[in-house]
Amino acid sequence: MDEVYTLGVDVGSTASKCVILRDGREIVALSLVPYGAGSSGPGRAIEEVLEKAGKTTSEMAEILATGYGRKQLTIAEQSMSELSCHARGAHFLFPGVRSVIDIGGQDVKVLSIGPNGMLENFVMNDKCAAGTGRFLDVMAHILELRTDELADYAECAQKEIIISSTCTVFAESEVISQLAAGCDKADLIRGICVAIASKVAGLARRIGVRDELVMTGGVAHNRAVRNALAEALGHPIKSHEYCQHVGALGAALFAWQRCHKLAAENSN
Amino acid sequence: MASIKECLSEFAHVARHPEEQLKKYRSQGMKAIGCTPYYAPEELIEAAGMVPFGLWGKAGVPKKAREYFASFYCSLAQMNMEMALDGSLDGLSAVLFSVLCDTLRPASQNFKVGADIPMLFLAHPQNRRTGYGVTYFAQLLENLCTELEKISDRPIGEEDIRRAIRIYNENRREKRRFCTLCAEKAGLISAVDRHLVMKASYFMRKEEHSRLLRELNQALEAAAVPDFSGFRVVTSGILLDSEKLLQLFDQYQLAIVGDDLAQESRGIRVDAAEEGDPIRALALQFSRQNQDPLLYDPTIYSRSSYIKRLIRDSHADGLVQIMMVFCDPEELEFPDLSRAVSEAGASLLKLSYSHEMVDFGQAETSLETFAAMLSEKREMGT
Repeated sequence: MDEVYTLGVDVGSTASKCVILRDGREIVALSLVPYGAGSSGPGRAIEEVLEKAGKTTSEMAEILATGYGRKQLTIAEQSMSELSCHARGAHFLFPGVRSVIDIGGQDVKVLSIGPNGMLENFVMNDKCAAGTGRFLDVMAHILELRTDELADYAECAQKEIIISSTCTVFAESEVISQLAAGCDKADLIRGICVAIASKVAGLARRIGVRDELVMTGGVAHNRAVRNALAEALGHPIKSHEYCQHVGALGAALFAWQRCHKLAAENSN
Repeated sequence: MASIKECLSEFAHVARHPEEQLKKYRSQGMKAIGCTPYYAPEELIEAAGMVPFGLWGKAGVPKKAREYFASFYCSLAQMNMEMALDGSLDGLSAVLFSVLCDTLRPASQNFKVGADIPMLFLAHPQNRRTGYGVTYFAQLLENLCTELEKISDRPIGEEDIRRAIRIYNENRREKRRFCTLCAEKAGLISAVDRHLVMKASYFMRKEEHSRLLRELNQALEAAAVPDFSGFRVVTSGILLDSEKLLQLFDQYQLAIVGDDLAQESRGIRVDAAEEGDPIRALALQFSRQNQDPLLYDPTIYSRSSYIKRLIRDSHADGLVQIMMVFCDPEELEFPDLSRAVSEAGASLLKLSYSHEMVDFGQAETSLETFAAMLSEKREMGT
C-alpha cells in the first residue's frame, strides 16, 4: 500500500500549528506560526509544513482541523475539538499518559485519559485569562521581557513574591506596584509562575490527576511554570519538545484513523 | 388534533414574544403580575383573576442595571432589573419577588428602589418542613392574598384558590408527561423545542398552556419512537435559556431526556392538595419541595440521591451542569453533584452559563468533546 500522509492543523487563539504524519506513525514535518484564528497564521502554517515535507495539499489523504478556529478552516475536510486531539496526541507521545494539562493562549484544559488512550473526563477553565498563556504574555510585557525569557529569570529568584492568582488585571496591577516598590524582577517572576500553577492546580484537582501527567501547549515550554505546577500537584510532570504541536498531532492521527477506516470499509 | 409541528410552533412563538402575550392579556382587561424565581405561588395570582408572568431575565448585556449591581452579580437578577428599567416590564401591575437565594434577596431591595413597578416581597422559609415553618409560610401567603386583592380589586375566596390549584396541578401533570415523552422518544423533540414548550408556560394562562400541551402530548404519544443514535443527557442548574446553546445540543445529538433545572422541572415536581384549606395546601406543597441546591436540606444528600435516580430512570449517558456564573448555591453543590453523577456511572460536563453570553465557542468545544467522549465510551463498551 502507498504511503498515507495526513495533515493536522491546530488553529489556536494565538498561534497556528501543523503536523504532517506518515501512515499514522511517523512525524514528517511540523510548523508553528505565532498568529492564530482570524489571521494569516493558519494559511502560513500550512504552507510552511507542506514546504518542509516537500508535499502539496493534494498529496494529503486527509486534512483535519482542530483548535479555536477549526470551523473556519475551509481547507480541512473535518474538524474535531482540541480536547479530543490533545488526548490523542499526548497518548501518541506518551503511551502511559493518564492526565494531560494543556495551557494554551486563552484557556486551560485538564484531561483524564483511560489506559487505552480514551478521553474519560475533562474540565476547562471559565472565560478568564488567569492561568493561561495570555497571563504570562501580559506579565512579560510589563516586565519588558519576552515570554520565553521568564523561566530563566524565575530560576534566579531568591524568594517568591506572592501574586494574586484570581485575575490577570488585578495581578498586573500588583506586579506594577511591586516593580514600583523596587522588588527584584526574578522574585516577581517566580511569584507569577506560582500564581499560574496555583490556578491551574485548582482546576486539575476537580477531576483529579494521575501519573503519567503530561503538560502540553505553549506554556509547557516554561520550566518555571512546569516545576511550580508539579510542586503544587505533587506529581512529576512530563513534557515533550513538541508540546505545542500536540493538538495538531492528534488531529493528524484522527485524520489517519479516518482514512484507515474508510479504506477498510471500501475493501469490504 | 393539532400536529406536533403546529403545537411546537405556537409554543415557540409565545416563548419568543412574551410582550405580545402581555399586550393580549391587557387588552382583554386582565392584569399581570411578574414573578421572579423561585417557587412563586402563582396559584394565588390566578385565583385573583390575574396572569402570572415569569421573570427569568433575558439574553443581553445589562446597561442600566449596572447602576444597581456590580458586574460580578448573577445575570438573572441583573437582567430582571434591566427589563424593569428598559421598559420590557411595562404593563405589569406588580412584581412578586421571591427571595430564596442570597443574591435575589438584596436584588429585591435594589428593584424596590430602582424599578417603577410595585413590588410584593415574599421570603419563603428555609425551615419549611417544620410545623412552625408551614404556619409561618401560610401566614405569608395570607398576607400576599391581601396584597393581591388590592391590586385586582376583588376578593380571593377559598374556592378561587382551590380552582387555581386544580389548574396548576393539571399543568404540572401535563409538563411531567411531556418530559417523560421527550425521554421515551428521544430525538423526536429537539432540545430547543423542549425548552420553548416549558418556557412558554411562563407567559400563558396555565389553562391555555395545558390545553395546547395536552394536544402536543397526545400527538407525541401517537408518534413512532424515532431511530435515535445520539446520546441521552440530563441537564441540571438554574436555567438553560439560550437557543444558541440549545442548538449545540441538537447539533451534537445530545437529546435532553430529563432536567433538574429551576426554570423547568424543579418547580413541577410537587402538586398541592386540592381539598381542605387551600392556603395551607400551598404552604404544605412548598414544605415538600426538596432536592434543590436553593433549599435547606437537613439530610444533605437528598439531591444527590435524586440525581442518581434521575440519571438511572431516564437512561442518561451523561449530565450537563449548566453553571450559572456567580451562582454560589449551585457552585457549592457541584462537588456533591459530581460524585453523584460518577456513582450513577454517567459522564459529567460543567458548562458556564450567563445571560451575557455572546460567544458560544468554548461551550461548543465542550459539547463537541463531550459527545465525542460519549461516542468513544459507547464504542469501547464502557
